[in-house]
Amino acid sequence: MSDISAAQAASTSDPAGGPEGSTGADRTLWGDVRYEMVRNPVFWFSAILVFIVLVMAFFPQIFASTSPTTSGACPLEHAREKPTWGKPFGYTNAGCDMWSSLVWGTGKSVIVAIFVTIGTVILGVASGTAAGWFGGFTDTVISRITDVFFGLPFILGALVFLAIFPTRNIVTISIVLTVFGWTSLTRVMRGSVISTKQRDFVDAARALGATDLFIIRKHILANSIAPVIVLATIGLGAYISAEATLTFLGVGYQRPTVSWGLLVSEGQTLATAGFWHLLVYPSSFIVVTVLAFILLGDVLRDALDPRSR
Amino acid sequence: MGRYVARRLIQFLPVILGTLFLLHILSVLTIQIVGDPVRALFGPNAPPDAVIAQLQAQYGLDDQCLEQTGNPCVGMFIDRIGQYAQGDFGVNFRGRSVMEMFLERMPITARMAFIAIVFETVVGIFLGVLAGLRKDKFIDNFVRFSTVLLIAFPVFVFGSLALLFVGLKFGLYLRNSDWAPEWLGQMFQIGYNADYPWLSLTLPGFVLGAFSLAAIARLTRTSLIENLRSDYVRTARAKGLTTRRTVGIHTLRNSLIPVVTYIGIDIGFLLGGSLVTEGIFNVPGVGQLVFLAIKANDTPVIIGVVTILTVVFLVANLIVDILYAALDPRIRYE
Repeated sequence: MSDISAAQAASTSDPAGGPEGSTGADRTLWGDVRYEMVRNPVFWFSAILVFIVLVMAFFPQIFASTSPTTSGACPLEHAREKPTWGKPFGYTNAGCDMWSSLVWGTGKSVIVAIFVTIGTVILGVASGTAAGWFGGFTDTVISRITDVFFGLPFILGALVFLAIFPTRNIVTISIVLTVFGWTSLTRVMRGSVISTKQRDFVDAARALGATDLFIIRKHILANSIAPVIVLATIGLGAYISAEATLTFLGVGYQRPTVSWGLLVSEGQTLATAGFWHLLVYPSSFIVVTVLAFILLGDVLRDALDPRSR
Repeated sequence: MGRYVARRLIQFLPVILGTLFLLHILSVLTIQIVGDPVRALFGPNAPPDAVIAQLQAQYGLDDQCLEQTGNPCVGMFIDRIGQYAQGDFGVNFRGRSVMEMFLERMPITARMAFIAIVFETVVGIFLGVLAGLRKDKFIDNFVRFSTVLLIAFPVFVFGSLALLFVGLKFGLYLRNSDWAPEWLGQMFQIGYNADYPWLSLTLPGFVLGAFSLAAIARLTRTSLIENLRSDYVRTARAKGLTTRRTVGIHTLRNSLIPVVTYIGIDIGFLLGGSLVTEGIFNVPGVGQLVFLAIKANDTPVIIGVVTILTVVFLVANLIVDILYAALDPRIRYE
């Protein structure tokens, strides 16, 4: 929750873009952000990790030539084989190569997180802007709806609905996570829009006869979106973690799909029997990916928040 | 104060009804779209229609409106609220009352959540204060780095690793060693042990509280740093008060207000996390009830327990909000 309040602090921002290479006082906010970030080693560390994860998600064949779901890829005689020098990741419980299972499982987690982030950003920005800009009755209705959604703990809510679905796949998991995830973005966007609305250039635009829709499109969105971007970046990591948690609980992906959450849940029972690699490798993939997104969001927020400079 | 409490109570009613309605309408819509959970339970080997109809009646799924997609089933919702008010949250597939099972398991989960909250607040505030007082020094960077790392660990990953490396490897060593006392070994137990109702919940409680510990430490640090810059702290220093008094009495008290709010939100997270922790550590609490119900596809139990937990969460939040008003006089005037 500290994330939300801190993201709100970064809400006063200037229009996007700025002349390349400009220095000192005449840099725009996004120019400043770029200036801050390229000098931050944490940014490069997390950005490179995020890049690798994305490539792994969309082009797994670059990292591991055979998918564990092709026939003959998982010889049972290798099942649970421990890591060796030749195969530093060992084999999974089903006898598949652990490395290629992890690589091919990346997409399942990352694509859900991307879908959910897109969905929550669209819903959150639309409803937050409506609530913040129009105020009054619209605001009351939207705010009460978000209150109601906040009354339901995220994992518990998602769990109930996924449990009712007889089959769970990318689409159903994404829909359920989106339904329970959009409200935090609505709140942040609403706060941000309310503070932008009071600035002088909005009054100026209105005095020139601009319509509501024009002002929202040209002025409000560009100036209020910063905290949403921060939260959405952190959200990508959080949804990867949420999907894996739900899969672990048994309401996410089901076999024979290859996914990180499934590998951990399989490894969790077998690790106590001495097969530590079945647990440690999938766990570290999840943690490193989530960490990369959180760090990226943190760096972005620090660069956007003038108070931290 | 009295007026604030009254207003907060009046606001509480629509929120709890709204949340229950949300739970209702989403489950009704899902059933209308994907089909009846009773039929899904049997799959292709469906028993005779009469058996299905009887089961549907037993779980309250025989309402006609469940077959009309898009119908919000308001009548059904009113019936359900009436049942909830009487403490009836449905039965499991063997006919046992969900409420009964919940009450039986509640004390264990409450103990574990208590351990988690004490652990996360004590350690979290301590780390946050250390980091906040020595901003940009080694300890601050260390706390910031370790809390980010902790936040990146999903509860189930952290729990599985803790079970393996702490509960099994380290705990077994302690329990087998000659020098370690019995209670120390029990603190790092791999599962619940009824002979040690508190000690054996220590490790699961720590796992449950780990994420919030990181959040509380960061929250305390940020608000402490902000408050240390404020005018009243400068005044206190100028008056010649000791550092102990300016930090301990003036600054810390004000910095803990957001932490109290966080604990209210955190209860929802702890309830969700308890499913995972209790499943991993085999703790026979409420979370394990849901965990096992998912494995057994026992939808009525999942819905029933989640409904109870939602009510618990909302009531806990209400209490925290009222406490919050007692701590911070400013918010009474909104």
